[in-house]
Order: sequence, then C-alpha cells, then structure tokens
Amino acid sequence: MKPSMPMTSTSPLFELLTDQQDGAVLVLSGDWVQGQAHPGFDKLQHDLKKLGPKAMVVDGAALGAWDSILVAFLLQCFNLCRDQHISFHSRALPATAKSLLQIATAVPAQAPLSSVPQPWYATFNFHRPLRHLHKTVRESLEFTGELTIALWQVVTFRAHTRFSDFLGFCHQAGPDAFAIISLTSVLVGMILAYLGAEQLSQFGAEIYVADLVVIGTLREMGVLMTAVVMAGRTGASFAAQLGTMQTNEEIDAIVTMGISPVEFLVIPRILALVVMMPLLTLYANLLCIIGGGIVAGGMGIAPLLFFNEGKDAMTLAHLNVGLLKSVVFGLLIAVAGCRAGINCGRSSAAVGKATTEAVVTGIVYLIIADAAINILFQQAGI
Amino acid sequence: MTDAHISVRDLTMAYGSRVIQRDLTFDINHGDIFVIMGGSGCGKSTLLKHLLGLIEPSQGDILYAGESFVHATPERRDSMRRGWGITYQSGGLFSAMSLAENIELPLQLYTDYSASDRADIIAYKLALVGLDGYQHFYPSEISGGMRKRAALARAIALEPDILFFDEPSAGLDPISSSLLDELIQQLQASIGATVVMVTHELPSIFSIATNSVYLDADSKTMIAYGDPKHLRDHSDQAIVRQFLTRTASHPAKEHT
Repeated sequence: MKPSMPMTSTSPLFELLTDQQDGAVLVLSGDWVQGQAHPGFDKLQHDLKKLGPKAMVVDGAALGAWDSILVAFLLQCFNLCRDQHISFHSRALPATAKSLLQIATAVPAQAPLSSVPQPWYATFNFHRPLRHLHKTVRESLEFTGELTIALWQVVTFRAHTRFSDFLGFCHQAGPDAFAIISLTSVLVGMILAYLGAEQLSQFGAEIYVADLVVIGTLREMGVLMTAVVMAGRTGASFAAQLGTMQTNEEIDAIVTMGISPVEFLVIPRILALVVMMPLLTLYANLLCIIGGGIVAGGMGIAPLLFFNEGKDAMTLAHLNVGLLKSVVFGLLIAVAGCRAGINCGRSSAAVGKATTEAVVTGIVYLIIADAAINILFQQAGI
Repeated sequence: MTDAHISVRDLTMAYGSRVIQRDLTFDINHGDIFVIMGGSGCGKSTLLKHLLGLIEPSQGDILYAGESFVHATPERRDSMRRGWGITYQSGGLFSAMSLAENIELPLQLYTDYSASDRADIIAYKLALVGLDGYQHFYPSEISGGMRKRAALARAIALEPDILFFDEPSAGLDPISSSLLDELIQQLQASIGATVVMVTHELPSIFSIATNSVYLDADSKTMIAYGDPKHLRDHSDQAIVRQFLTRTASHPAKEHT
C-alpha cells in the first residue's frame, strides 16, 4: 500500500523519550516494511508502564518507507494508550497512515455475539463432543420419525411425492452408474479368482475357483462393491443436492408451501435407490462372474468347465442373500445421504461436510449391516 | 374490531442462549406494505423466519387474523401457509425445475386445475412479472433480477393474502430494483395482499412502505414503529434517523 520502497532499507526503530510536560514522545525511524525485523511492542508496553505519562505523541518525522506493519503498530499504541488512559497524539506521521489509523479507531469493535454467561462446564472440552453427540442423536431421531411418517403417507397415497422425481432418481442411480459398476465388478471378479486360484492350486483343486467366485460374488462381493460405489456416488450426490437446496433456501420454500421436505425430496430418492440397488447388484454379479471366468481361463480352466461348475454352485439361497442385502444397503446409503443433506448448514463448507458425512456414514452403516446379516444367516443356517 | 392482519406479541427470538431480539410487539394491518428494518445482524431475517414458522420463538406469540400461529397444529400451520406467498433472498426457486414447473408445483398440489388450465395460469403469472415466454428456462439460465421476478410469480401463484419478501432488492442494479418495487406495489394494489418485507434499501422503503418497525442490535429490541417517512423526520431515536437519512453513526474522529 505504501508508496516508495527504498533501494536499501534501514531497520525500523522506535525510541521513547520524556518531554517537559509530564508526557512522552515516541520517535519512529527507519523503514517499517515487510522483511525487516520489527521492534517488539512488548518493550514499548513495558517502558510506557514504567514511565506512566499522561500523554504520548508519536513522531513520524524520521520515518522512511512503510506498509501495513506501521499502521498495525500504531493501532497497538493507540489501544494501549486508550486502556491506560494516556492521551494519544501524533505529529509528522505520513498522511495516509494517519488517515488509516483514524478509520481503524473510529468504528467501535462489534460486541461479542454471546451476551449470556455460559455455565462453568461449557468451558471444558468434553462439553463440545457431548453437545455434538446430543445434536446428532436428536437429528437422527427426528429424521427417522419424519421418514416413518412420510413412508406411511406414501403407503396411504397421501404423500406429496412426485412420480417424475422418482423416475429421474432411478435413472440417476441406475443406468447412469452402469459404467463404474461394470469396471469395478469385472475387476473384483478377477481379483477374487486370482486369490482363490493361488490357494486352491496348492491342493490341485483349481476347478473350485468357479465355486469360490460364484458364491463369493452372489453372497458378498457383488453387492458389497456395488454398495460401496453407490455410497460414494449416489449417497454423496443426494447429500450435495439437498445441502445445496438448503443453502439456496429451496428447502425453506418447500416448508412454507406446506409440503414436508421428507415426502417431497427424501422419499423419491430412497425409493429410487432401494429399487435400483437389486437390479444393479444382479448386473454386478453377472460381470463379476465373467471377470472371474476370464482369469480362470487364463489359468487353464476351460470356460465351459468354469461355467458348469459355477452353475452348480449358484443356488437361489445365495442369490437371495445378496439381493436382500442390496435392498438393506440401498436403504441405508440413501438414508445416510439424505439425512446429511437435510441437516446441512447454510454454507458451501457445510455442503462439503455433509457430502463427506454421507459417504463415511453410509459405508459404516453398510459394513455393520453386512456383518449383522451374515451372523444372522449363519445362525439361521442359510 | 382491530384491522391487524398479523400481530406479534411479546416475541423473543434466540439461538440457544443467545438472544437476538426480545419483547417485540407490533401489528401489521390489512393491505399494509410493512418493512422490517435495522442494521446488519440485528435479526431482521430471523424475525421473518419466525413469522414464517421456520424457527420457533423462545417466547411470545404470532397471530394471523387473530389466530395463534405459534400454538397451531402442524396441519393448521400448513393450511395457514397456503395463503402466503414468499420470495427468499436468493429467490428460493427449485433449481432442478424449470420456471413453469416452479409455478406449477403449488397449483398442482393445492388446486384442481387441469394441466391446460395450469399452463394458462403459468403464462399469466409470468406475464405479470414480465417473463412470459421463459416457461422452459431453468433458474440457472436467467439473471438475478429475473430470478427474483420468477420467484414473485411463484409466490402469487395461489393468489395469497400475505406476501413476504426477504431483501427483494439485494444484488440488483438500481433500475431492476426500482422496477421490482413498482411491481410489488402494483401487485399489492391489484390483489390486495398484505406485504411484509425485510430490507434496508432506503429507496425501496420510502417509495413503497406504508408502515415499518426498526430493530436495534444494541438494545436487542424494537425501538421505532410507524410510517418510515414520519420516522425519518420525527423519530426520537437518533439511530433511526441516522439509518433513514443514511448518516454514518460512527464518524471518523480526527487525531490531533
């Protein structure tokens, strides 16, 4: 901001002198610019307290070049004088610096936001996570309650849910995801076959790679990989869409139209993902088995042999386990995404946070659900 | 018999333990163009959100035509809201829908008009705000001023009794801003709605407002109520006169 920069700069200095009228003169000299070692304000504070003058004059006659650092120093001096009831004056300061100081000291500082005294325990750190936990639990319960009411409204055909929105989200969650699901499924099938072949070849049982790939895919890997991809893709997208609507006051507009945002925005998204997940899982299963077949072929297992062996391993029970999981995972991913979006704050940073929360929560939900379902089926002997 | 359309009674607004405004008591009469004014951060938009039921008050009541809104059931609140039209600071248009779909939504939800009747009404509402022909445009494809007008078209879709505006002129150039003021005034005169507006645009306040309340950030309550022109000339509160005459409240003091 300042004017001229000298070819060779001199160190900034100050000197506190006393004058005859029970006052002090602060003489500034040198170049008060960036890159110079500035004299510490603490020393001045100490000297001034010791001297205890009634007035202080800042003398800038010997100043060289200057930038914001000078004004910051002057402001500190001004505040110190004000706090210690010392009358503050200046002479021969650069006109711009003086004018900036006037502006900085003219507007009173904004009063602190909270005027209500906080309880003693609020100052401890443990209060914050507890408060956060309380907020999260309350929001989750509220969301679950609203979702249950909205689902009942859907069942009784009284919901403000548009079929066209449902179809749009089906397209977004289904056909639009084919490319990424195809890639991950083929690769997961190949990885599964490699792992199995490596171990089974030690016993001369390579042919059982087909069983491993088919059962592993139908019960676990096909649906789990699809769910992880959908959590990162669609769950995050739901959170970002709803979060942005919150920021743009679109959700306020829906509420004040007398429409439940859960019925209007959340239900079509959840239904779309719940309907599309089993279809995507079937598609992923097929490609996963094809991927496994390719690797098995490379290891000397004839394709026909692989598919014959695989066909024997493919039972309706295995297929149904995967499909049941896909419905549960679809529900959990959509709920995690929509909950994060609906409870999003009103800033762009909050949208980013909601998106991250949607993905992390979605993946955690689906891993817990997967473990629970597996234990349940194992106990039931399915 | 009072003519109050909206009555605010002893309203206290707070975020947690932080009080924003307390003890607000005033009436908004039928047909008023009522302005909520005050400095930045004094709680104008928060008051509007309380009037709309988006935030619950800590204390006090809001009555619409004598009926409590704060104590109404959610169903009753929804039915009361159907008589309101609201335009938000950012417009609040649904970005995933075209302008026609935005205006059609309330008509679809709350009226029995056929699809062709709805299309005619959409064209008529857009014509009222000078946007006929923009039915198939999305909010992201039009300018800020056009978005505000489109939001107004949606707000008047159900011919409301009350129109709420949150900073309608924010971000608009003076000509668009003045055209929007004129439009609000004309629509108010023709449909006879009560208008409640949050703004600190002085030209808007003086050209269209018939009544106002001033919220003070320091004392955390209302310090003036009445016709803004009258307040400008006769308010006993210096801060209100400064606000309405656009005088700096903290002039830079000369250091010696």
